[in-house]
Amino acid sequence: MAKLILNRLSKTFDTGGRAAVNDVSLTVREGGFLALLGPSGCGKTTVLRMIAGFEQPSDGSILLGERVLADAGEMVAPEHRNMAMVFQSYALWPHMSVAENVGYPLKVRGISGEKRGRKVREALAAVHLETYADRRPADLSGGQRQRVALARCLVTEPDVVLLDEPLANLDRHLRQEMEETFREFHARSGATMIYVTHDQSEAMALATDVAVMSEGRLLQVATPEEIYARPEGRLVGGLVGQGAILLLPSPIGDKRLLDWPVVQGILGSREEGPRTDILVRPQDVEIAAEGAAVTVLSVLFEGERYALRLALPDGQTLRAFSRHPVKVGDRLAIVIRSAWRL
Amino acid sequence: MTRPQKQGNSQPRWLFPFVVTVIFCLSVLPLGRLAATGIMSAVRGGASELLSDPGLWRSVYDTLSTSFFGMIAAVVLGGGFALLLTLFDIRGKAFLGFLFMLPTMIPPQVTALAWIGMTGPSSALLKALGLAPPLGSPQPLYSIGGIALLYGVQNAALVYLSLRAGLLALPRDAVEAARLSGASSFQVLKDVILPLSLPGLAAGAAIAFVSCVGNFGIPAILGIPAGIYTLPTLIYSKFAAFGPRTFADISVLSGLIAILSVIGLMVEARVLRGRDYRVIGLSGQVAVFRLGAWPWLAELLLWLTIFLILAMPLIALVASSLAPAYGVPLSPATVTIKAYEEILLRQAATRIAFTNSLSLSLATAFGLLVVTVLTGYFLVRSKSRFVGVISALAEIPYALPGIVLAVAFILLFAAPIPVIGISIYGTIWIILIAYFSSFFAVSLKPVVSAFRQLDPSLEEAARLSGAGFARRLVDILVPLVAPAAGASVILVFLIACNELTVSALLWSAGTQTLGVLIYNLDDSGSFNIAAALSVLVVIMVIAMMVVLELMAKRLPKGVVPWRS
Repeated sequence: MAKLILNRLSKTFDTGGRAAVNDVSLTVREGGFLALLGPSGCGKTTVLRMIAGFEQPSDGSILLGERVLADAGEMVAPEHRNMAMVFQSYALWPHMSVAENVGYPLKVRGISGEKRGRKVREALAAVHLETYADRRPADLSGGQRQRVALARCLVTEPDVVLLDEPLANLDRHLRQEMEETFREFHARSGATMIYVTHDQSEAMALATDVAVMSEGRLLQVATPEEIYARPEGRLVGGLVGQGAILLLPSPIGDKRLLDWPVVQGILGSREEGPRTDILVRPQDVEIAAEGAAVTVLSVLFEGERYALRLALPDGQTLRAFSRHPVKVGDRLAIVIRSAWRL
Repeated sequence: MTRPQKQGNSQPRWLFPFVVTVIFCLSVLPLGRLAATGIMSAVRGGASELLSDPGLWRSVYDTLSTSFFGMIAAVVLGGGFALLLTLFDIRGKAFLGFLFMLPTMIPPQVTALAWIGMTGPSSALLKALGLAPPLGSPQPLYSIGGIALLYGVQNAALVYLSLRAGLLALPRDAVEAARLSGASSFQVLKDVILPLSLPGLAAGAAIAFVSCVGNFGIPAILGIPAGIYTLPTLIYSKFAAFGPRTFADISVLSGLIAILSVIGLMVEARVLRGRDYRVIGLSGQVAVFRLGAWPWLAELLLWLTIFLILAMPLIALVASSLAPAYGVPLSPATVTIKAYEEILLRQAATRIAFTNSLSLSLATAFGLLVVTVLTGYFLVRSKSRFVGVISALAEIPYALPGIVLAVAFILLFAAPIPVIGISIYGTIWIILIAYFSSFFAVSLKPVVSAFRQLDPSLEEAARLSGAGFARRLVDILVPLVAPAAGASVILVFLIACNELTVSALLWSAGTQTLGVLIYNLDDSGSFNIAAALSVLVVIMVIAMMVVLELMAKRLPKGVVPWRS
């Protein structure tokens, strides 16, 4: 096993238009769990399919350690890459039983008899499906099918496991259960995993590293904590967390984490100078006796709290939480404890 | 273990050259050879003698008039059935539809024999009922009108299917919107449904016309005795009276047929442009009109039609086969199964024909399947820009009348094959190759539908499991398209087994097929034996259609041709 390196990877489809993937460079450390996060159509699935070998890069290269898997000229066929993938549609073969599905990669590798049987049983035990070995995929629920697909990945000890929005077709409580299974799977197999999703909370919860993509480009790669605390640029800031982005006069100095006195200063400023994007997360907005004046635009009761949308005097909106009910149109004062300059 | 390959797609490198070779041999080569001979004889002036022959223009006129009236008959029958069965609350729709499809699947020479057995002074059935016209009165079907009527019966189902597909694809809300606007049922039918379904009807009419132009069995049996020659039978007679100019003449004649067919197919493509009538088909989605107090009348009409075009001729066929000789009245005293004993037990010719037809059909059905599974996979998975051209070239041989193809293969194989120096002309192999070419599209279509329906990730998962192309084919792809492949085998077998047009020109001593045998038996006056053989053929057709009907639920849409 080794590092997976994407080197200035680009992909343009014959159909024309802009590049689906544009100059993406990325290193996934051995045993890492990388989430590729971005809105649909951002090119994350194309990156995944290039790593798997289903698409050939138009430019750049993919390396596993020292070995070149693909570049614009040549590529190693998917069947020779020792990778595994969990598909969004599960991709279980309907004409084979659960055990046959899971054992197929072993069968292709010429492993038979008791050894194959044992490995299949182990893989099914890891996803808690031992008793389902003889069922057909059609007889299983969505979550069970997903677990069979995962067991099929587990069985051959692949170098890299690819997951293409595996939870997209599952309902909410199953997702939590499956997230737990994925984490277990990662810890147990030690495989390098790449997980494509458009759901930021899924990415944050699972991955050791998050790569944010938009319109074919890679915007930022960092740990979940880092991405959350120190997003780079408007796109990442808008994608991660539920923050609002305010366009305000630039504060003096190059500090990026701003406290209330600084924010208060620029909120009240009438200066016409350069302006900057400031990210404000709702949990940092406090309703106080005095502070910046805002008007309540909408109130949504979420159970444990009220989610508010507030308007500044210049019309820009931000979000906040309140423990007490407020009414639309109320005028409040807020204090912004912390903000991030994008 | 590292084996770099050039392309990112899933196909092995040999697949594209393989598909191109297959298409070249089965489509481009024979048709190109035909075109070359036709053009050469036209350029060298050899064709001028043929083209100045009034017999040729008589034959063109007869072809066009029989085909035109045949088309009208098919539109009346097929259009009426499609409207009534699709739009109205008729009982037993599925069964009526199945029965209506039967005349198309029964070989034309059998249809012709059955109708002859039903009409005319020698009809065993009419004699048994005491209704036969006096001896010496003419057989009414030996005429332009008779040929056209049988064309209509044979091809009505083509119009039915095309119009029905159009009707089923009608947006339901268009009908409902018209209803809410206050239109009565009749006004909805007149102002919304009929205008919207007109392209389907026109396309069906065009296909029926092409099918009439290329028909051989019906004009061979009904036309030749009356001195009426359509272009296919003219080719046959020119070929039978073999002379130095035969090859040039028949290539020009089949060129004429090809041109007429292409015009018809272009009309079809034009009216259907922009909608794939095979893919759409939300079955049963169309609004059903109530016939109120009248359902029994419509049902009576439908059943009466089925009785006239299907049941009566088949009863007459059975009656003819049970009569001791042509023209002897059938009664409890005269009924005999001698004809059946003759075919099944005595005649060597029938045994040879059965063996030939069965082995040719089996070889064609299974041999083609191997080729079409690979071709279908290529057509669905490839991103090559030649896909459109290749699938069009694969369709052409089946779209053209069989007689054109037969002539093309005669021209291609009349001389020994270059390099290897073996001649397959006059052997069973030339028929086999012509069948491969002719039924390629029949075999391909179900397989392509099945591959289209297959989720690509099923194959991708197998690739990541480490399975190479051959392994994926055996373990994953073939099992998943197996139902469609089964349907493809049955369809090709069914059509090849009953085929007459191609083998009529290509057979020689020892290689006659069932179709040829039925025609020859009738030609030599053994009407009751021909009828008995036809009865067996009809039983086989019905049995295989029932099998397909039972399989239909497990098959992708569009695989079983008569279900939409």
